[in-house]
Order: sequence, then structure tokens, then C-alpha cells
Amino acid sequence: MASALSNLQRTVSAPVVRPRALRDPLWLRLTLMGVAFLFLASFLLLPLVSVFAEALRRGVGAYLESFNDPDGWHALRLTLLTAAIAVPANLVFGVAAAWAVAKFEFPGKSLLITLIDLPFAVSPVISGLIYVLVFGAHGWFGPWLSEHDIRIVFAVPGIVLATIFVTFPFVARELIPLMQAQGKDEEYAAVTLGANGWQTFFRVTLPNIKWGLFYGVILCNARAMGEFGAVSVVSGHIRGETNTLPLHVEILYNEYQFVGAFAAASLLALLAIVTLVLKSAVEWAHARRHG
Amino acid sequence: MSITATAITKTFGRTKALDAVDLHVPDGKLVALLGPSGSGKTTLLRILAGLDFADRGSGRVEFHGEDVTDTPAGRRGVGFVFQHYALFRHMTVAENIAFGLTVLPRKDRPSKAEIAVRVDELLRLIQLPDVGGRYPSQLSGGQRQRVALARALAVQPKVLLLDEPFGALDAQVRKELRGWLRRFHDEIGLTTVFVTHDQEEALELADEVVVMNHAKVKQVGTPQEVYDQPASPFVIEFLGNVNRFTPARNPLPGTGDNALYVRPHDVDIRREPAGEHSIHARVAHIFSAGSSGRVTLVRADNHDTIDAEVSRARLRELDLKVGDEAWIVFRHIRLFPAGSYTERDVVPDDAHAATTDSGHGI
Amino acid sequence: MSSSRHRSVLPGFGLSLGFTLVYLSLIVLVPLAAAFIEIAGLTWAEFTAAVSDPRVVASYKLSFGASLAAAAVNAVFGLVVAWVLVRYPFPGRRVIDALVDLPFALPTAVAGIALTAIYSKNGWVGQWLEPHGMQVAFTRVGVFVALTFIGLPFVVRTLQPVIEELEPELEEASATLGANRLQTLARVVLPPLLPALTTGFAMAFARALGEYGSVVFISGNMPMKTEITPLLIITKLEQYDYAGATAIAVVMLIVSFVLLLLINLLQRRARRIA
Repeated sequence: MASALSNLQRTVSAPVVRPRALRDPLWLRLTLMGVAFLFLASFLLLPLVSVFAEALRRGVGAYLESFNDPDGWHALRLTLLTAAIAVPANLVFGVAAAWAVAKFEFPGKSLLITLIDLPFAVSPVISGLIYVLVFGAHGWFGPWLSEHDIRIVFAVPGIVLATIFVTFPFVARELIPLMQAQGKDEEYAAVTLGANGWQTFFRVTLPNIKWGLFYGVILCNARAMGEFGAVSVVSGHIRGETNTLPLHVEILYNEYQFVGAFAAASLLALLAIVTLVLKSAVEWAHARRHG
Repeated sequence: MSITATAITKTFGRTKALDAVDLHVPDGKLVALLGPSGSGKTTLLRILAGLDFADRGSGRVEFHGEDVTDTPAGRRGVGFVFQHYALFRHMTVAENIAFGLTVLPRKDRPSKAEIAVRVDELLRLIQLPDVGGRYPSQLSGGQRQRVALARALAVQPKVLLLDEPFGALDAQVRKELRGWLRRFHDEIGLTTVFVTHDQEEALELADEVVVMNHAKVKQVGTPQEVYDQPASPFVIEFLGNVNRFTPARNPLPGTGDNALYVRPHDVDIRREPAGEHSIHARVAHIFSAGSSGRVTLVRADNHDTIDAEVSRARLRELDLKVGDEAWIVFRHIRLFPAGSYTERDVVPDDAHAATTDSGHGI
Repeated sequence: MSSSRHRSVLPGFGLSLGFTLVYLSLIVLVPLAAAFIEIAGLTWAEFTAAVSDPRVVASYKLSFGASLAAAAVNAVFGLVVAWVLVRYPFPGRRVIDALVDLPFALPTAVAGIALTAIYSKNGWVGQWLEPHGMQVAFTRVGVFVALTFIGLPFVVRTLQPVIEELEPELEEASATLGANRLQTLARVVLPPLLPALTTGFAMAFARALGEYGSVVFISGNMPMKTEITPLLIITKLEQYDYAGATAIAVVMLIVSFVLLLLINLLQRRARRIA
């Protein structure tokens, strides 16, 4: 359902100076711009700025000191580890799905595309819940898992699985329309020239989709590192063990350690800013290349 | 209603789309703005409509002596038909046609019943009485074009402006609509300006042709005038096929430092030498599957090719075969100073003053 | 039709489709099926009791109402923002355009505590509202504010490409026919945008229904008053009431799937019209 959103093919062209007949009257332009800026400032800019303001409320010293927290560092490491597993997994899946959908015809294709979108439509809380149902103590595999002393739910594997679920469609959603638009001619040409499958993919297809791929990875990574609801359900909130950075923020906040909570949040906000900058850079590079 | 545009200059960024252009469209005439793409013809039409405006401080547009230079499009009383029709997709044909009436201020707006009557009249006028309830997507290209015309006419414009009116149609429909538009114009006598890059269309349809190139008007005249007395190498080359010879390769003696132009239908082919002006050549290609025969010949002296167009009767009489020897006689030539040929992209406006109109048979 | 039956020119069909289907099944389909299988163990009476408990019904009302209100606000302001970003040249446009995606990039928990800080009694906005008797944090209004934040990009991003592709000739035609600018905007520009606007609205609504992280901090989570449905699922889970949690989840899943179908339908229709 986010299909129309994170699409690299979105043009980001500058508005051309329009003929006078098409220009809105000055009063209307000023009104609409005022409304738009006020809305965006109060709903987007204000929260973003407030994260840093709250983190620095007691001064830079207190801010820096709050990083002196082993549980915080552990949470950061777990967040990075989770993303390091979830993103490549969904990257491989996204490429495979896009290859199958874009290069071949088969019955049920549009159903498959809809199913790939499914995780976007599921509430994060439910994304966590279903893994508890499968792997939890009362779940399908619960008894077998506890017999073999394997923990999935309320442990790292559960966190990784729930993260993979919520970030499942990002890369595929980006690549499918891109590869469909590019068609198959170049691959056919490569095959007639004697390239094998992997050569065709790495030397012809991949260079054509690298921007879309990178774009999907950026968005996938942002979500993987920032996921809260799904991870919250499966993590069990064990400090220093199953807390990711967003969960750590919650714990500190609920313990009224506001500076610490906002300091950890400021790291995640920085991640968001880097994501937005990279995303715009990719859109720009793409727009310039494909005019 | 006549249209007069004076000293119109329009720049987009660094490119000049129109360079001090003057234009006069007499009342009730059907005028074509003809030129290659990028010549500024569409920009000129849009400035007449009030969709674009000339550069600040330049130019003046008058409708029947009244200054409308700064009047916005909606208040000029123009009907504008867009190249791709610009029909409103979410409205039926009838709603499209009625649009201009329904946006009138309440005190001037006709009643719903009056609007319905007017729409019916217009649908009959464009010979599509039954399509009022359909949506534009359900019409053919030619039908859409006529609906766009009806929509423009509904507001009873004083001037009708059409941008490449047949550009998006296939050849057959094009021909039909062309004849229909001519008859239509003769019936209602509305001052009409249309833009085209198709010389055949301009010559066949218009009362007067305005030939444009590189942001300037090159020549104005009746179709016959611009065709028979082209004012510059550009005009002769743009209006139909022509053989062109630089001074160095000029086949005729005594033409001086001039480039020579001759239309294929002014080239006659003989089987025998015909005096000192006949050119020795060999037949390279014969194309006889048309209304007239076209023959490509290669000059014996320097292998330049010359195209000739002769009647099919004459072609039979000549009984030519590829490889045959032949002699070429020009019936009518046109000379332009060599300088104007080599620099024809930047022809000075006084070029036609230096033109030698040497329309003599040889 | 099916090149799987013929020898295909390009290799990798079996491998890529096979992997796709296995991965899709293991990660998405089987776990989702678990939810439906879990409630199969309930009797109809147990199920209806679980999903129609007054506290649960109160959460539906809040989740639906606040999501609807947030999506509506986003539809109106998103239209204005998209129009301004596409049509009006102004310095810094690129930065603001990038900022629109912030709700996608900012972790929801961060958004949640930031919004709470802003709207609490002594927060940047809260301190101005408080004297007028308006409380946002820990009320339903707070839920609405958080849901507006996370739904903001949907309408803007669905509208932008459609506005960019509007043919300028349509507006010019309207102008030459005598319409003033407001008439042109209302009668020529807006109608072709409606399908995309509806799609964006539905997406923002669907996203808001399931949202958790940004809401739980600002809502205060008072039973019968400011509890959203996803929170109730977590509450039941924490009480080890798996069946009860799953029953509510299934209701939400069905609503989400219907919305997903509706959005797909809307998009398909929008594409057909365009």
C-alpha cells in the first residue's frame, strides 16, 4: 500500500515558470504557501527540533554523559545487528521477486504483487503478535523449542524475524515497477551474446537498477532500525539483552530519564535525517540521469 | 474582426522565440502561420490568445483597433483549439461544450435550458448531434477535434485560433477535416488563424500564409504568391521539393554568383540535346506509381542528382529506362545571391530585396 | 501466457519465483495464518465476547474516529502542500520536499515522545493551549495529533506525481473559455486529482488504524478513553490472554485487508482514468 510513495520514478523536477494564464493570483499563492508552511512546520519541523532541544535541555555535558550507559550501547549494537540481518535478507528477496515478476509471465502475478504489499497493511503490533503465536511458549513450536532450549520469542531471533516482516516489501516494491518499466530487451541481448544468467544479472540488470536498489535499501534500513511496535511485542524488554534502541528510548522515558531518552532518540533522529538526505540525493542523481 | 500584432518579441531564457514580429490578419480571413518547429509560430498564436505575453516593453496586440496587449485570455473573446484538444476528461461532451457558458458571471449566464439549446446547436454544427452524453475518451481523434472546436465556439468568440489543428490525426482524417474546416470557415466567416508545419495544409486551406522561421516572419502572401514568388531560399525550400545548385555547381552559364533553384515540375526531360542550355544526364531512378511520374537523373559532368516531375503521359511518351541518356531543360528557375544561400539560417530581412526574380523559360 | 511451460529465453525463473514464494510463505503467509488458526479454537460466542467487550469497542471508536479525522486533515492540508511543492517555485523547496518523508524515516517511538514533549503542559505548544483550557497530551486530541503526523506523507506523495502530470493545456483551455482562476481550480484541476486524493486518504487512514509507537506516549492509555485498539492487543498479550489478543487482531487484519483491496482498486481506477 505504500507503493505510490517510495517510488524512485517520482520526478523531482523543479517547477517551470508557468505562463501567466496558469499562475494562481498572488493572494492565493501567499495563502496556500502560508498554510502549507505552517502545517509542515508544526507537524514535522517542531517534533524533529524538539528531540534535540529536549536532549540538550540540561546542557551538552548532561547530554554526553547520558551516552555513558552500557545498556544503551547494547541496545545500539542490537539495533545494528538486526538491521544487518534484516536488510540483506529483504534485499535478496526483493531482487528475486522483482526478477520473477518483471522478466517472466505467469498466472497469479498480480496476486503475488498484492501479497508482497501485505505487511504494509498489517499493524506493527499484529506483526509481532503472529510470531508470538508461532514461536511463543503457547505457540505451535513452543513446546518443541523449549525442549531443545531454543528461544526465538523474547530473544534476538524473534526481534530479527519481526523486523524482517515489517520491512519485507521495501526493496521489492521499489524494484518491481522499475524493472517492469525497463523491460527485458537488454537481458535478451546479453543472452544472445552468450552471457549466462549470473553474468546477465550482474553486468546488465544490476547496473540498471542500482539506484532503485540503493533507494529501497535506505528506506528498508530506516524502518529496520526504527521499528518499535512489532519489536516491542516480541522482545520481552530484557535490559541489556533484548532491547533495541527504540525500546531503550521507551524504557528511559517511562523511568522519567528524559535527557537519556531524548539523547538516545537524537541518535535515531540523526538516522532519520541521514536517511532523508541520502534519499533526496538518490532521487536527484536518478532524475539527472533520466531527465 | 481584424488582428494586428506589432513588434512582438518573446524570449524564453536565452532563446528568442519571436524577434520583433509584425502580423496583420484581415477581418474574416483564414490565415495560416507556417513554419518548421521552433520557428515561433505557436508562441505567436499563444500571444494572440493571451496565453503567453510578449516581453515587457515590447509589442502590442490589437483586436479591431482595440489594444488587448494586457488583456487576459478569458476576456479577449478568442476561441482557442489546442493541438491535443485539451478536452476535460471528467466532463461529458455536452459539459465540455457548455463549460465556457457556465463560468460566466451569474448575471450574464444563460439559463440551463438556454445552454442546452446552444450545446445542441453546436453539436449539430460539428455534425455530431448524438455524442453529447459521451465522455471524450469514447470519441475518435477527429471527433474530439470537432468537439474542441465546438467548445471554443460556444462562447461566441470574435477570433478563432487553432494550434496544429490536424497534427495529431492520421492522414485520412486529416484530409477530411481540412475540407470540412474550409467549408465551415466559409459558412461562418470568423477570423481564423491556425498554426501548421505542413506546407501542403497551409497552401490548400488558407486565404493567406504567413511563413515563419527563426523567430521571424519570412513572407506573407496568398498561397499562390508564396509558392510562385518565394522571397528567400528558406521559403522556396520549405514550400515543397526543389533542386538546389550552389554557384560552383550551377549547370547554367550566365547566372553569375547566384544559387539556382528549380522545382521538379519545372524540369523537362528530352531524349535529344536541346540547345546550349540543356544539361546532359543519365536516368538513375524512375518512380511511376503516383499521380505524376518522378524521375531522378544524374548529371553527366559532375554526378549531381536532379529530380524531375513529369505527367504520366509525358513519361510514357519519353519511354525512359534506368541508365538511358537524357537532356534536361529547366522551364523556370529562381536565383538567389550565393551569400543568402550559404547563410540561409541567418537570412537578413532585406534578402528578398536582392532577389533576382528571373522567371524566364530557357 | 505461461512461459513456465515453454522454455524461457531468460534463465532463473524457477529459482527466483521459488525463492520468492518460499520466503513469502515463511515470513508472511504462515505467521499470518497462525492468527486465523488461533481463533479457530474459540467458539463464536467466545470470539464475539472478546471483540465486543465495551473496552474494546471504545478502542475501536477511538481508533476509527481519530484515524478518520487525521486522514481527513491530511487530505486537506496534503493537497495544499502537494500543490505548493509542485507549482510554486520558492527557495528551499527541495529541502521541504525531503522533509515531507520525515514520518517514514523517524522511528515512531521518537515521534511519540517528541510530540508528547511538545504538547504537554509546559511544552512548546502545550503551554500556549493550556491557559485556553485545551489539553492535547493524554487526550483523544493527542491521539489525533500523532496519527496526523504519521499519515502526513501519504496524501502528499500520492498527489505530487498526478499534479505534475496535469496537462497545462487543460487549464489554458479553461482560461480561454473565460473561467477565472478559482473556477479553473475547482472545476478543471480538482476533479482529476480526486482519485489520487482518495487513495492517499485511504492509505493515511489504513496506516493510522494500525499505528502504535507514536500514539502510546501521547495518548496516556486510559481505559475506555484513550486506548487505541493496537494497545489493547498488547495489554491482552501481557495478561497472557492470547486468544483475546488474537481475536481483536483478526478483526483489525480483516479491516486492513479490505482497505488494502480498496486502495488497490482505487489505484487501478486512477491509472485507467489517467
